Amino acid sequence: MSETGTRTLSGWGRTAPSTAHVVHGRSVESIQQAVRQTGDRGVIARGLGRAYGDPAQNAGGLVIDMPALDRIHSIDADAGVVDVDAGVSLDTLMRRALPFGLWVPVLPGTRQVTVGGAIAADIHGKNHHTQGSFGNHVLSMDLVTADGSVRTLTPDGPEAELFWATVGGMGLTGVLVRATIALKHTESAYFVVDTDRTADLDELMARLTDGTDDQYTYSVAWFDSMSGGAKLGRAILTRGWSARREDLPPKLRRDPLRFDAPQLLRAPDVFPSGLVNRATIAAFNEVWYRKAPVHRRGEVQNITSFFHPLDLVGDWNRVYGPRGFLQYQFVVPFGAEQAFTRAVEMISASGQVSFLNVLKRFGDGNDAPLSFPTPGWTLTVDIPIGPGLGALCDRLDALVLAAGGRLYLAKESRTTAAALHRMYPRLDEWRKVRAAVDPDSIFTSDLSRRLQL
Amino acid sequence: MIDAVGNPQSLLLLGGTSEIALATAERYAANRPLRVVLAARPSPRLDAAAERLRGAGCSVSTLSFDAQAPDTHAEVIEQAFADGDIDITVVAFGLLGDQEKAWTDLPTAVELAQVNYVAAVSVGVALSSALQRQGHGAIVALSSAAGERARRSNFVYGSTKAGLDVFYTGLTEALRPAGIKVCVVRPGFVHTRMTEGMSAAPLSVTPEQVADVIVDSVAKGREQAWAPAPMRFVMSALRHVPRPIFRRLPI
Repeated sequence: MSETGTRTLSGWGRTAPSTAHVVHGRSVESIQQAVRQTGDRGVIARGLGRAYGDPAQNAGGLVIDMPALDRIHSIDADAGVVDVDAGVSLDTLMRRALPFGLWVPVLPGTRQVTVGGAIAADIHGKNHHTQGSFGNHVLSMDLVTADGSVRTLTPDGPEAELFWATVGGMGLTGVLVRATIALKHTESAYFVVDTDRTADLDELMARLTDGTDDQYTYSVAWFDSMSGGAKLGRAILTRGWSARREDLPPKLRRDPLRFDAPQLLRAPDVFPSGLVNRATIAAFNEVWYRKAPVHRRGEVQNITSFFHPLDLVGDWNRVYGPRGFLQYQFVVPFGAEQAFTRAVEMISASGQVSFLNVLKRFGDGNDAPLSFPTPGWTLTVDIPIGPGLGALCDRLDALVLAAGGRLYLAKESRTTAAALHRMYPRLDEWRKVRAAVDPDSIFTSDLSRRLQL
Repeated sequence: MIDAVGNPQSLLLLGGTSEIALATAERYAANRPLRVVLAARPSPRLDAAAERLRGAGCSVSTLSFDAQAPDTHAEVIEQAFADGDIDITVVAFGLLGDQEKAWTDLPTAVELAQVNYVAAVSVGVALSSALQRQGHGAIVALSSAAGERARRSNFVYGSTKAGLDVFYTGLTEALRPAGIKVCVVRPGFVHTRMTEGMSAAPLSVTPEQVADVIVDSVAKGREQAWAPAPMRFVMSALRHVPRPIFRRLPI
């Protein structure tokens, strides 16, 4: 987003666009001024637009484009603490912190998100079961609130409630402008990875609950969402930990902290809707499954192959064509395994096409009322917009609700307000904090309008 | 807001007793809670329409709207948006009239032109500004296959729909930079109160079928649609039939 002015924005799924006035948040002062002058359709901050639905758009109102606020103020290598502007991307932060032997503690499926977005969505990664979500690693944050002032918040300070309402608060408590974050010390930018191919969903879930999962810092499974019957939920489980120097082959040992994350190409915007169809994806799933080893131990992988295989292709969302796609991600608590299996069956039987199917066991959640991760099973599918998708998602919603589960607001793009309110039982608590700091609800987004947050 | 799979949360039906508009609201209400604003002249029929939609689970409010009073239209549109965003507006009002009277009786001709064309333009202008302020939304304008080529049997009605069609087709382009979608829907013969007693033309449709076309077109972001879809090819062919032959066709 380089231009200021009236722009039509959508999320990463390229669905439900709306038009807003966009200004660049080049300085904290300019953001304060923009917030003070906000009109009756409100204001919302936007990072790199990686949320799938509509949280970073504000129809008819103001959108503050944050990536311009991109200074790294300090990196304390010994303490492992960085002080950064909220518009800094995790990609930039990783590149700058790695030479000091520091690692960003929580990484989602892409590095192209801002620090502000990471906090506002309380993102999680494949180490959630051992490290928690992004908000757990934030030491302090600066928030421009509705009155135009800047408040410094800490997780256990006098305004701890506002801190935790902002973590996972989807930008609706104010504009995050700066944060200090605790990073992890690391000896290398590589990972030692164990891979296991499982024949079906039961075998996968058995492996994830046999006690071995907690021995790995990182754990995630890709599963085949289109094969039913005996192959239902066949998966590739990859688990690993940050490589120590001595884990690396001699060639990599010379420069263990190199930022080894190649991008091959950018997808051009020429793909028609419908290219991602049952035939192409069924074939892709088969190849993807077959190419994985049945069991492999101790393989060394770089950042891209372990963390962000999708970042190999920039703008990969274009492959879905102009009608876009949605990502459906839910979590159900431990004990609701039956509902989880049922959801996989429903997706597989629906005839809908999904390739990016991710399954993970979450660890404990944090204190944020709107934070998504809760102990249990999470599942994610990517499906191009087409007939029957809305009805499938509605049926999944009912299943998730009945199982005591919830949807992830950073991915959400089509549920009902009533369903979402039931999924987040602490919503009223969050609303009280928000109402106190922003009585006129000037921080508003298409998401908050659609879901009546 | 319209969501990622095309479900709206609110509708404005201009011509709140239109059977096509009501069928469209029922289609949407089947998927999601729906708020509907019905704009029409106050009448028992309007009350019945509101009851019908309440029965379908909608929350309904009504607004007094007189197509023949363009100087009131800006205020009507403002009132329609007063209770919150309007995701989809259906411009559905219109008169068919008696064709022979329509081209021979001056007040009848003027009434048709005012309701079907002048009022459509006037609400279109007011809607455009409301939707641009809102930053999102869609307009569905009900045109007619009759506007595609003048026929002896209904050319006054056809001329008003031709005017509406060109206006909203142009509006599609004008509102495109603002991210507002306009869809012009051209039904053929529709079995409604308006056509009761007339003999149905080939490819005739029900209001429910037109509603399906509307829902599908808005979801897919289409700017033009025919109901039924094959009507497009029929009219395209008829358009190029030489006049001496065209006037002999039994249509």
